[in-house]
Amino acid sequence: MPVLRWIRRNLVVIAGLLTLAYMILPNIVVMVFSFNKPKGRFNYEWQRFSLDAWKDPCGVADLCGSLSLSLQIAFWATLGATALGTAVAFALVRYRFRARGAISSLIFLPMAMPEVVMAASLLTLFLNMGAELGFWTVLIAHIMFCLSFVVTAVKARVMSMDPRLEEAARDLYAGPVQTFVRVTLPIAAPGIAAGALLAFALSFDDFIITNFNAGSTVTFPMFVWGSAQRGTPVQINVIGTAMFVIAVLMVLVGQLIANRRKSNARN
Amino acid sequence: MSVTEAPPAPTPEEPRELTLRKPSTRKRLIPYWLLLPGILWLVVFFVLPLVYQASTSVQTGSLEQGFEVTWHFQTYVDALREYYPQFIRSLFYAGTATILCLLLGYPLAYLIAFKAGRWRNLVLVLVIAPFFTSFLIRTLAWKTILADGGAVVDVLNTLHVLDVTSWLGWTESNRVLATPMAVVCGLTYNFLPFMILPLYTSLERIDGRLHEAAGDLYATPATTFRKVTFPLSMPGVVSGTLLTFIPASGDYVNAELLGSTDTKMVGSVIQSQFLRVLDYPTAAALSFILMAIVLMVVTFYIRRSGTEDLV
Repeated sequence: MPVLRWIRRNLVVIAGLLTLAYMILPNIVVMVFSFNKPKGRFNYEWQRFSLDAWKDPCGVADLCGSLSLSLQIAFWATLGATALGTAVAFALVRYRFRARGAISSLIFLPMAMPEVVMAASLLTLFLNMGAELGFWTVLIAHIMFCLSFVVTAVKARVMSMDPRLEEAARDLYAGPVQTFVRVTLPIAAPGIAAGALLAFALSFDDFIITNFNAGSTVTFPMFVWGSAQRGTPVQINVIGTAMFVIAVLMVLVGQLIANRRKSNARN
Repeated sequence: MSVTEAPPAPTPEEPRELTLRKPSTRKRLIPYWLLLPGILWLVVFFVLPLVYQASTSVQTGSLEQGFEVTWHFQTYVDALREYYPQFIRSLFYAGTATILCLLLGYPLAYLIAFKAGRWRNLVLVLVIAPFFTSFLIRTLAWKTILADGGAVVDVLNTLHVLDVTSWLGWTESNRVLATPMAVVCGLTYNFLPFMILPLYTSLERIDGRLHEAAGDLYATPATTFRKVTFPLSMPGVVSGTLLTFIPASGDYVNAELLGSTDTKMVGSVIQSQFLRVLDYPTAAALSFILMAIVLMVVTFYIRRSGTEDLV
């Protein structure tokens, strides 16, 4: 049987593509259902095609407010976590000091802990301190759990850096500040960017820790969670689809620019 | 690019610093200054909360009269006695999802690393792209996919798969939604990228010539995989399974959105004890037990697989 033989030979590829389909399927459903006109409050069953939600993406109360709040929190959390994390990463790679092992474990632990445990314990702290739950407590929490991921990303990049480049800069009479700004930082930039991107994604999409520590503040994931109980507006799908398309376009454009640069460099 | 590709200079024989003088105090303090803000943040908002939680778990009292530390360890015993089904269920669901992620994710990671060729970047983007739509929206989409009378359920019904799964207790009479299978399916879906990316990273590092060498030594493709590829990908397998199992064991989103009251995981219990019942000691004790279990599993697992340099 030639068909069977072909399947056998390409088994890995077929299995891999099936997994890919499994991962993409929900996104397709989200996209298709952003054009739905549901009968009841829930957008789980296909009724008929409509552009209503796309024409009026903010037509649901509090939806766009929660979206903008999530973007703000993600922005500040990214900034905070990237600044703190980059410094820690540099210290860990470049210097030998006491308690290095302990600090490495401290960085690793938040990543090895179920989110719900961190969420619950942080809430305990805030309740004990009498802190008012809201924007600031969410921001504090997000910086906390993004920090470790930034450190890991930046550390990987700084570790693979050639120290001789900095030595060369110093040999050429660059001061420590100049060396750092003109040589070290540009080389470490991809790692820092990767860490920042990761932090932004983690913060923007976080639900469990936010749910514990937000009080009555509603971020976008919390809005979606609430709507799963009260009724899911089609606009959620519109925003999900828009974010997906924007992100994919950005990646593609970035790839295009990189390719263009590469071919330019070759000529 | 040209900067990093400079040819390696011959290593000088003489020591780099000719005069060995003690660095000034200011210089010696640099690493500590760099560490201070980040570490302080983690100590105050990660370690300290755990201490507070430990103390809360041994307190007794009520919301009105306040809680007091009375070293009431009975809370742990009571919490375990009442909620052990949820603990076992969480570990079972998370474990199953992790195994499924490995089985589903490995071929895809392998495909990206060795077979995709010029499509590699596109496939990688497709793996990461779903992330950009909030995971809650995507999890809700599974409600549509697995809906009663939907295409998936129909196909599984015609193939009599649901008869088998119902007999095993994974589904209930022609329903997938609100059953353990739906929850495990959601968990697997949500944590697959956390399995695929570490797997891909470790597979990509493998020198292709090792495969050729195995072939030259008359190893069949299956033997090559068993003796060369898989052992070399172990770091990816270990970190991938951890990155899947840890968050899955504490997750309550999938159990709440896709499951029923019979599929509640321990995360749900902690959440409702903390935010609705307001029984803080029980919630803190449950959360501590979960943490202890996960840390034990992780330590044991890392020891057994012999990769301690994960971090």
